[in-house]
Amino acid sequence: MSGIRKFICGDDAVAEGVRLSRPHVISAYPITPQTIVVERLSEYVEEGSLKARYMHVESEHSAMSCAIGVSSVGARAFTATSSQGLLYMAETLPYASGARLPIVMMNANRSIATPWNIYGDQMDAMFLLNSGWIQYYVEDAQEALDMMIQGYRLAEDPEVMTPVMINVDGFVLTHTYELVEIPDQAGVDAFLPPLKMPLNSMSLEAPKSLSISAGNDTNMEFNMKQHLDMLAAGTRIQAVDKAYGQAFGRYYHGALEKIRTEDAEVILITAGTVTGTARVVVDRLRGEGKKVGLVKLRVLRPFPVEELTEALKGAEAVGVLDKNISFGYEGTIFTNVNSALMARAMTPKTMNFIGGIGGRDITKENLIEAYDKLFGAAAGQPLERVQYMNVRCDY
Amino acid sequence: MIEIRWHGRGGQGSFTASRILGAAASVYGGINAMAFPSFGPERRGAPVLGFTKLSESKITDRSEILAPDYVIVLDESLWHEGVKVGLKEDTVIIINTGDPGPYQEEVSQRVVGADVTPVALEIIGLPIANIGMMGAFAALDETVSLDHIKKAIEDGMKSGMAVKNIRVIEKVYASVKEALK
Repeated sequence: MSGIRKFICGDDAVAEGVRLSRPHVISAYPITPQTIVVERLSEYVEEGSLKARYMHVESEHSAMSCAIGVSSVGARAFTATSSQGLLYMAETLPYASGARLPIVMMNANRSIATPWNIYGDQMDAMFLLNSGWIQYYVEDAQEALDMMIQGYRLAEDPEVMTPVMINVDGFVLTHTYELVEIPDQAGVDAFLPPLKMPLNSMSLEAPKSLSISAGNDTNMEFNMKQHLDMLAAGTRIQAVDKAYGQAFGRYYHGALEKIRTEDAEVILITAGTVTGTARVVVDRLRGEGKKVGLVKLRVLRPFPVEELTEALKGAEAVGVLDKNISFGYEGTIFTNVNSALMARAMTPKTMNFIGGIGGRDITKENLIEAYDKLFGAAAGQPLERVQYMNVRCDY
Repeated sequence: MIEIRWHGRGGQGSFTASRILGAAASVYGGINAMAFPSFGPERRGAPVLGFTKLSESKITDRSEILAPDYVIVLDESLWHEGVKVGLKEDTVIIINTGDPGPYQEEVSQRVVGADVTPVALEIIGLPIANIGMMGAFAALDETVSLDHIKKAIEDGMKSGMAVKNIRVIEKVYASVKEALK
């Protein structure tokens, strides 16, 4: 099943994916580099190609509050944000996830002030890793479009009922134009049927009061059940992706993609667009006979411990590229990867490569150097465990 | 892979040209393309960059273009604004000018002049050189055909402007081809 092809940017692709998903209400507050998404959606609503209510709210906090209301009555909600907007919205995110509302949100990954900066890194989403939202990171515009549709199917799965955040790297993806195939509406309608909410939805026909309080006698069980369901959602991520692949011919390998890892001595782990640059580097180094591999981590919550440790089996050194810093410790993904390795009693050398902060470019040469250091670590060289890519200051 | 860097001023349409060329190559030409602007705030009149990558194989590398194959300069006044950064021995510079001589004296790379502004003034009535410069590129490099560029212009611009820009690009293409003989 193939649709038409357009040369569009990542933000355009997100808007196309949202239109095909037929949300009932879009609540929007613009912020660079997300703005094009909500501009396009307002145009679609205006021209009638998307039958939805468009609410231009006064803040991101209101955008998510509105989405929560929409989802509470069993309608499909969409919003999008970025950076400070996501942080301003933060208080409302666990309200949505705890209420098990299947909202889908696009986050254009952008750095956090201070210093203020509009360029891309992944600091913003890392703040919300504990918000109870499923988190995807995408590599290109096609995946951004496809994941909007997959996101609703996953969020609305009766076994999941958890909101989904699709992370799209600011500028390098949101503002970069490439060829994207737009699936046809009939195909998407078949893949993503209208939302059927469970019995506890609010309704004008059967009004009820939904108590959102849970005291110390039940609160922990609510949180535990939410957590256990999120863990179980891992299998649904794979199933939804497979079903999408069967319907549209594009399959993203579930929570992570293994790139030439089978006999790799050293493996680098990436999330988001830098994966594309790393693919080129892996092919080049393999051409020189170096046994390097790459893992594209697509989902950070639920964290794919099984798939990841299976992919890293046999590696002598594992590097993690983090476009974020957890101040006072290290890159956030690095901490998660080490914990997964420890849980399976695996002991490769591990190194953290922190890069791309505030939109700093990550070049092929930077990645080649990272692989060189991983080979060094594998050979027992004493190297700093946390490395910073492409910086001008000493550490 | 062919990598192109466009130099223009905010409002001159350098990114529009980089994007339309990408659309021409991919949607109509059947090869792979990626186009992106110099990221960040947009300011009218300030020097800005646009980038186009063209390749037979899938393009996954999103890192910046550091060593372009073509440098396309929409405005002569930008000559000193980073045009010479990252040039390779075989980089070709295409500049919107009636006299590329003085520029050729400054660099060892090949400099090709395309006098687009007078053509744009005559046909569009405005000194907008972005689309016309694509005609010069198509005359020099066969990766993207003039026909495919014209189709992408029809797709990507309002019809009145598209018709005029197609006349500009045809004229520039013919004059650069003629000069290359």
